[in-house]
Amino acid sequence: MQKGALNVNKIRKDFPILSRKIKDRPLVYFDNAATTQKPLSVIDAIRDYYMNYNSNIHRAVHQMAEEATQAYETTRQKVANLINSPSTDEIIFTRNATEAINLVSHTWGHDNIRKNGRILITELEHHSNIVPWQILCKKNRASLDYIDVDKGGYLDMDQCEKALHNKNTKLISISEVSNVLGTIVPIKKIVKMAHDQNIPVLVDAAQSVPHMPVDVQALDCDFMVFSAHKMLGPTGVGVLYVKKDILEKLEPFISGGDMIKEVHKYDTIYNDLPYKFEAGTPNIADVIGFSAAIDYLSHLGMDRIRDHEFELTRYAMDAMKDIKGITLYGPLDAKNKGGVISFNLGDIHPHDLATILNDHGIAIRSGHHCAQVLMEKFDLSATSRASFYIYNTVEEVDIFINALNDARRLFRI
Amino acid sequence: MSEDIYREIILDHYRNPRNKGSLPNADISIHDSNPLCGDEIDIHLKVEEDTIKDIKFEGRGCAISQASASMLTEQVINKPLNTIKDIAKEDILENIGLMNLGPARIKCALLSLKVLKLGMVKYYADRDPGSAKKIQDDSKLY
Repeated sequence: MQKGALNVNKIRKDFPILSRKIKDRPLVYFDNAATTQKPLSVIDAIRDYYMNYNSNIHRAVHQMAEEATQAYETTRQKVANLINSPSTDEIIFTRNATEAINLVSHTWGHDNIRKNGRILITELEHHSNIVPWQILCKKNRASLDYIDVDKGGYLDMDQCEKALHNKNTKLISISEVSNVLGTIVPIKKIVKMAHDQNIPVLVDAAQSVPHMPVDVQALDCDFMVFSAHKMLGPTGVGVLYVKKDILEKLEPFISGGDMIKEVHKYDTIYNDLPYKFEAGTPNIADVIGFSAAIDYLSHLGMDRIRDHEFELTRYAMDAMKDIKGITLYGPLDAKNKGGVISFNLGDIHPHDLATILNDHGIAIRSGHHCAQVLMEKFDLSATSRASFYIYNTVEEVDIFINALNDARRLFRI
Repeated sequence: MSEDIYREIILDHYRNPRNKGSLPNADISIHDSNPLCGDEIDIHLKVEEDTIKDIKFEGRGCAISQASASMLTEQVINKPLNTIKDIAKEDILENIGLMNLGPARIKCALLSLKVLKLGMVKYYADRDPGSAKKIQDDSKLY
């Protein structure tokens, strides 16, 4: 692992896409909370698999199948190391974080959320951490409770404590970092509070694992989900971590090939963990690509990535504060948030703003960010969102600020 | 470029929308939204002898969606209801002066037309289910 600030100029050379032009201007990619760009090493790893050892995994004994199996399982080990999982048995590959939450709602949720049970989530959640629980609650005649978010973007911890004391609360499912406001949620404290009442905790780490050190044993959470594509990896790969004592009791989610040990006419013996939860041929190539992404991040060091994003966020928010007509949402202290800035500029609709910024070569996200519950709370239909990653620079933030001022002039604000 | 999109006429209709508001005793009220950006449009129609005697829209969203709704209401007020079926997407784009919108933003421009056409179909369906099918088939819903 390296020391000191990130060498961003060197990093940028590893990302071929960053040299492309948008509207004759250099691309400024500020939509990293949606998905991140991929370094050449990830693209090469996928290509190498298809070019040199493309085979199905876990079954055949020929050499290429062994190579593919080993590459696939090495990724699992790297994921376990990254989040400090006690073993690889607790790491399940899914299609994305959304599917990982669905796996939990359909298996653990189906068996443990009974009539009159309550599931606790927050107003910060992404739709992926709302809709599966709504469906489960409707099916099992349970209820969904929300922890409020205040105007500053922080959770109401008193309300959280109170809800956790409700004897019917059976699960809390919560984001570690808000994908809209960037709020860093005090997960460790919440896990402690929940476990005091014997309530398990699912952590949606889609916006935290890519950006900061995360340790499942230190947090002591019961479930964790995240997506590879938000951390330099390919699309189509998600991760579910489940504590072993819980995982051992779970029934399968998707069933079929590869998740079995023996299949007889009317009965089946399931495979060992974690394979019991990976039915069918998985996304082998992209899991192997994900391995290169984890290597890339580990080489930089998650602490240094966090520091880099913190500096960019602080710099950007300082400059944005002075723009006439701007409203910033969420925590105003960069220390308390990830590299995500949601904002509006005067009466310019975020979609119009994104169109104007696109003419400057800048990619931002505009809309409800799959968090309509939060938007309703703030009485907004949409916001604009800039989000940073390892390859973004202060110079890019300057281009962004200039473009915002251009938009302001165009709309005569 | 954005200077071409956000011309005076768009900004004018965005900031000073025509026929915006509710319409008590409307004969048809219809709502739709664009999941891409959350644009929302409600259109209310007062119909007398198959003529649009009054039209109001409510909504929130980007300048393109709101300006195009505002212009559309001006275009159809006091016109026979069944002429709505002949309005094509090109008419809307010409109306707002944006012929080259990309696939994402074109949905913003056409949302109000979609709502208006749904409203027309609903009006006939409520009164004459047989003819509604034909109108729906004739209607150039994209």
